[in-house]
Amino acid sequence: MSFAIERDDDLLTVVVDGQLVVGNRQELKQLVLDEVEQGARRVLIDFTDGGYIDSSGLGALVSLNKRVREQGGELRLAGLNDDLRTLFELTRLDTLFLLYGTRSDALVGF
Amino acid sequence: MRSLDSDSGSDALSPFNEWTIASDIREIDRVVLAVTSLCEAAGFPGKVCRLNIPVALTEAIANAIERGNGGDAARSVRVMARIDDTGLCVEVTDEGQGFDVDAVRALADDGDWIEREDGRGVFLMYALMDQVETWCDAGHTVRLVLRRS
Repeated sequence: MSFAIERDDDLLTVVVDGQLVVGNRQELKQLVLDEVEQGARRVLIDFTDGGYIDSSGLGALVSLNKRVREQGGELRLAGLNDDLRTLFELTRLDTLFLLYGTRSDALVGF
Repeated sequence: MRSLDSDSGSDALSPFNEWTIASDIREIDRVVLAVTSLCEAAGFPGKVCRLNIPVALTEAIANAIERGNGGDAARSVRVMARIDDTGLCVEVTDEGQGFDVDAVRALADDGDWIEREDGRGVFLMYALMDQVETWCDAGHTVRLVLRRS
């Protein structure tokens, strides 16, 4: 489980490797909030190499989405496999987040 | 980690497995990985091994640590898993007095469902498992059942 970040002007890309769960959700939150504090307004979280997400991980994404929007920015999620899409549909969070198949798709018009 | 002998244990895969962990969320992953690996070896479908089992079990253990044991590191959580022809049965037992599962079970129809940060854990356990039971005896136990068919 790890997070890698790339920063290009106000675009922050976070690559999730492994699961996003109760044990590491705070790390992701702090990492993104620090970058938002430093001017990131477009936040892309890439789950192409991600594993499962538990309720704490979903909650962290909800919280970050709210914070980024409060700062006038936008958060997009990319690379969710069928399992993760099922999770987002089950929890209806597919209606809250902008979900994209790939990182390239997510960057169009971002 | 300890594997228990089974009364009917002639299978290559021991039907009873037990782990006792400290109330530390960093301990969750290894138990979830172990149970999921057993299910993969037992031929459970890929999707339930990648999603249903790890997510539901993570929720149950996290609840046991944070709500049941109140995050008290001196208290432990016991996880017992049984796999047989009918499916998977996992019991997660903490040392607390129990908590009202329904009280922390947010529903997707709740007005604040989409925007809330917490409260989806119990919902996910019920949504991803075929059966969820809870009771208090020597500690509080949550039983998760996932049938093969």
